Amino acid sequence: MIATVTPRARLAGAAGSVRQQLSRVVVAVAVLLILAVLLAPGLLAHQDPINTGDDILTGPSAAHWFGTDQLGRDVYSRTVYGARPVLLASVLGVIVAALAGVGIGVIGGSGPRWVRAVTMRVVDVLLALPVLLIALILIATVGSGVPSIVLAVGVAFTPGFARVVESSVRQLRAVEFVQAAKVFGSRSSRTAVRHLLPNLATEVVVLISSGIGWAVLTATTLSFLGLGVQLPAADWGSDLAAGASNLSMAWWLSTFPGIAITITILLTNFLGDYVMTVLDPRHGHRRMLFRRFVLPMFRREKAAA
Amino acid sequence: MNTPGQSVAVVGLRPAATSGPLLEISDLQTEIVTRGAKITPVDGVSLTIAPGETVGLVGESGSGKTMTAMSILRLLPPGGTITGGSVKFAGRELTGLADREMRRLRGSDIGMIFQDPMTSLNPTRTVGSQLMEAYRIHRGGSLRAARNRATEVLGLVGMPRPAERLGDYPHQLSGGMRQRVMIALALVCEPALLIADEPTTALDVSIQAQILELLDDLKSRLSMGILLVTHDLGVIAGHSDRVAVMYAGRVVEQSSTVELFRAPAHRYTEALFESMPTLELDARRSLVAIAGAPPKLSGLPAMCRFAPRCRFASDICRDRDPVLEEVGPGHTYACFHPRVEGETARVAEDLGLRAPRPQASETPLLELVDVHRDFRLRSGSPFRPRRELHAVSGVTLSVRSGETLGLVGESGCGKTTIGRMLVGLETPTAGTVRFEGADIAGLAPQDFRKRRRNLQMMFQDSSAALDPRMTVSALVEEPLAAQGIGSGAERRAQVALMLEAVGLPADAGTRYAHEFSGGQRQRIAIARALSLRPSVIVADEPVSALDVSIQAQILNLMRSLQDEYGLTYVVISHDLSLLKYLADRIGVMYLGKLVELGDSESVYSSPLHPYTAGLIAAIPVPDPLRARQKVATRLGGELPSAIDPPSGCRFRTRCPLATDLCTEKEPELAASDDRHAVACHHPLAPSAVVPVPQFLGMP
Amino acid sequence: MDYVLRRLAAALPVLFGITVLAFLLIHLMPGDPAQIILFGSNSTPEQIAGLRQQLGLNDSLPRQYLDFLGQLLHGNLGTSYLTQNSVAHELLSRAPSTLVLTFSALAVAIVIGVPLGLAAGVRPNSSLDRLCRGFSFLGVAIPYFFLALVLVLFFSVKLQWLPAIDDGTVSSLIIPAVSLGWGYSAILTRLIRGKIIQEYRSDYVKAARAHGASESRVLMRHALRNSSIPAITTIGLQFGNILTGAAITEVIFGRAGIGSFLATSITSKNIPVVQGAVVLIGGGYVVINLIIDLIVGAVDPRTRLATAVA
Repeated sequence: MIATVTPRARLAGAAGSVRQQLSRVVVAVAVLLILAVLLAPGLLAHQDPINTGDDILTGPSAAHWFGTDQLGRDVYSRTVYGARPVLLASVLGVIVAALAGVGIGVIGGSGPRWVRAVTMRVVDVLLALPVLLIALILIATVGSGVPSIVLAVGVAFTPGFARVVESSVRQLRAVEFVQAAKVFGSRSSRTAVRHLLPNLATEVVVLISSGIGWAVLTATTLSFLGLGVQLPAADWGSDLAAGASNLSMAWWLSTFPGIAITITILLTNFLGDYVMTVLDPRHGHRRMLFRRFVLPMFRREKAAA
Repeated sequence: MNTPGQSVAVVGLRPAATSGPLLEISDLQTEIVTRGAKITPVDGVSLTIAPGETVGLVGESGSGKTMTAMSILRLLPPGGTITGGSVKFAGRELTGLADREMRRLRGSDIGMIFQDPMTSLNPTRTVGSQLMEAYRIHRGGSLRAARNRATEVLGLVGMPRPAERLGDYPHQLSGGMRQRVMIALALVCEPALLIADEPTTALDVSIQAQILELLDDLKSRLSMGILLVTHDLGVIAGHSDRVAVMYAGRVVEQSSTVELFRAPAHRYTEALFESMPTLELDARRSLVAIAGAPPKLSGLPAMCRFAPRCRFASDICRDRDPVLEEVGPGHTYACFHPRVEGETARVAEDLGLRAPRPQASETPLLELVDVHRDFRLRSGSPFRPRRELHAVSGVTLSVRSGETLGLVGESGCGKTTIGRMLVGLETPTAGTVRFEGADIAGLAPQDFRKRRRNLQMMFQDSSAALDPRMTVSALVEEPLAAQGIGSGAERRAQVALMLEAVGLPADAGTRYAHEFSGGQRQRIAIARALSLRPSVIVADEPVSALDVSIQAQILNLMRSLQDEYGLTYVVISHDLSLLKYLADRIGVMYLGKLVELGDSESVYSSPLHPYTAGLIAAIPVPDPLRARQKVATRLGGELPSAIDPPSGCRFRTRCPLATDLCTEKEPELAASDDRHAVACHHPLAPSAVVPVPQFLGMP
Repeated sequence: MDYVLRRLAAALPVLFGITVLAFLLIHLMPGDPAQIILFGSNSTPEQIAGLRQQLGLNDSLPRQYLDFLGQLLHGNLGTSYLTQNSVAHELLSRAPSTLVLTFSALAVAIVIGVPLGLAAGVRPNSSLDRLCRGFSFLGVAIPYFFLALVLVLFFSVKLQWLPAIDDGTVSSLIIPAVSLGWGYSAILTRLIRGKIIQEYRSDYVKAARAHGASESRVLMRHALRNSSIPAITTIGLQFGNILTGAAITEVIFGRAGIGSFLATSITSKNIPVVQGAVVLIGGGYVVINLIIDLIVGAVDPRTRLATAVA
């Protein structure tokens, strides 16, 4: 199943190898960090993030790398533990949005004419409202907490995703290889499974990976406004907001969660770009990765079905 | 104020070609470095152009002809540099000139026309502002003076009502008019040298002829030198004084046009001529295809670059670089085994005449009965009625089993829409499409799906028609899988068979379509269409994207597959000579109507419709002597809009023979004899029997 | 003219949809609006029933919507549950301050983003380009509320150059505008860089050079003009996000505007205010994008064309 590497692909691999190695390293480190933070934050931070201590508002030191807050809690531990709600909320939220967006987008792109018109007008209306406004209204409706943020991010991101999916479904339907399938007498369901979905799948993966950065920003904004995870649980947004009142005395309170958010968005954007290039089938050597890892997955799914 | 420095020639007189060269390129070498890879698209090119002379630079894509042209202006893509040789313009060395000086030269002394007038004009600025800008960059002066000059130059290039056109945006003009604007832009400062890079490739045949004539006319009036870069030997033949043939970054042969066409010396030039389908070619002969593909232009060893594809290559060709040798005055070539003059027998293996095919049966296999196809346009405002574009309006046509039917016409004539209706990709607005006697619109979807295996299509753009995510074997297997034919093993065997039949390498199956060249992708498309063993294949512009030498390979393949599998072809093309070679019968389309239909032989030898005659006259003939004699039965004007087609005969707006009758009544397609039909009130003379036309209006 | 009518015709259904959505909010929120209003006071069932009657909650849904729409067309957005003031008045009196911040942020984004995008796009892969790309990568990643705190820490707390809290002066606008505009300037940089690179590869730029146009002319008269079109469109699409960003920045800096008003209204389920905000912000978005469509139509004549095949 694995084809031999063509000479041209090998050449391209050699030319971009330094960059390629670097991005692989970054991706590997990022994935490891994310896994560690999600599954075993205790490995990275030994102190309990909620335990109060006697050292109040001390600056960064050997004992407390990122200092302590007004209740003597270790900022470093809180920063490590705070990753979990943010990452969970934004990743799950984007996945919810992707599922809903694909559903709406496919209907809006390939349904009967009037269904398409109605669906896309509704999407247009929702697109006119800023993401954060939708999220805020939803949070006000269902209350705060991680599941609410998932819902808020999910719903707020859906119209944008639906719009993108709809336009690519429309484009794909006009693409000649889809028409060619029709000429072979391929059933429309078969065409959808063999041509539309695989070509859409990469698009959706790209959409998800590039959407996570925005979702992290949205989720932390919500908790910054006090609508996310409630104190005393560790959370970047609310810690950042809490630290803001002590800004002139203890700069480290807000700075470290802020840097954590920034790095997270940087990494997810980087992952998004990486995924985008890996999934581009016209992209020389990187395609090999896709062929090796992703295609077999599709095949397995097909066999199971 | 607007007298340029150099060209002080008398208008209307061509200065002798010996008055010292205008442009002198010697041993030019250009390199492009991109992401670690280095290619040398121009590798030792020498060329001269005298004032008032047109030099044709001909070659296939990737031969370095455009890069040579861009090197003259020093407008190379990022990473490109001139690494050797010299370019002298009017005795002045350009390669080392300061950027400022170079810029002063561009547009002022050397003008350039680009291939695609769609993209070469700034879409967001008016024609007038672009013309005035080009003028004022070099000549300065007042806006009013610039405006006057812009109007003048638009008039010069034959733009009707030039003053009104100044306020138009490029998209408001037709392709031909846009190319005229492009030429006007290049001429606004009266350059001494005009570089025209494929000036007519993006245009229709009739417009192409108009533009080429305009260039000829301008050349003699302004006594410019012209470098005409093209891949089309026909264009070169009619419109250049001397020709340089390029292959793989080098000029392999250079001579006067007449001499080159009479007695080509280089084996590549010879092969190029042989692989072109021309109107004169005996349709029973195969084209002499050049095997293989041009080399990649990096790190080539010292050898004849054509040797791997040359029938005559020997060891010496693979060992040493051939040097340019002179056979006659001004005729040089670089070949170890040149064609000797008077050499008659073409050395060939498979040049036997094509065996006569079984006579096509008269029962139609595929039939169109008075089909119409209208496209709704989004209307200009919500309060106005929607307008419709009539792509096809009332075409009746039948395809007989075993024949090749060609459909020809300019862009926008509805030929592609007909092709799509034939395979059921478009549904006619009115009329019926019958396949094997059954109306396909009346078939249940299931039945039609099954029937489709007999009715396949080759798409115009093979790279878009092949899913980039599938391997070649998956692509070829797909039709079988879609129809649920055979077991997995049987299908794989069939795929292997098909790949072999179209001449693809054995390992092709595991690769992806984009890893192949254009010609090979077209082979994949053929294998795919063929895998269901259909009876009919509709091919939309099957070779229009390919180079001449590759074209011949595909055309030969299509013909041999027809003989082998008893296929019926419907071939849609803008290229008359190609159809003359490939098709048994030809239908000529104009603005949604079929205007002439008949055996290809008789359509060419005695066209009945003035439009057909005009199309034939507009084809550039690769024969310099005949090309110059050609009588001007050429088509003037441009294709009218298909939204509001002219009343009566749709061709009347461009027809030299049009009368009032043509305005009032629409001519019906009527048989002039049993194998030739025409829709014209005033068909051309040659056919002896002109039946009484039935002008009874619409049935 | 046709083009203007066409854009208007496309905008009307969206405006209509926004009013429907705003109207439905009252029913989407859990709990009885009457109870929410009377929350805190010891309300009797009679009081609630009376208020429901007064609010028209017992009418049919379409009837309620028509009433809502009728009020809306008269500029009446209802009364705040909390203060009993007119919502329209409350929102509009606070809007100018928010709009000032929004447009200042937009100005910052353009002033920083466009030149950087140009510089990077003209010479791709140069060290300047790498710098600009780094900036835009980082710019998108820093949340504006964090950037705001960092800027306050440096310029207000440490250097004491700029006020941290709104005092009505222009200098107190600088930090909020920069922290909000920064991220969008990164987006613009990225967009314009890509677009300029694309335009530089286009045939008409080649043609302009062949006619002797200087590099500055090619950039300013050709490439920049054509790259500005997607940039303008993007600004329109981001307008809503900048506006909400401005609202949140206001909360951080204690500026009076619709931000804090809206935030408290949302948390206290003051539905008429939320409805009013939805109508204003959504309607504003539609209007802004309509204007932008018209600007784009003026810059790029192709968009005025009506001959797309349906």
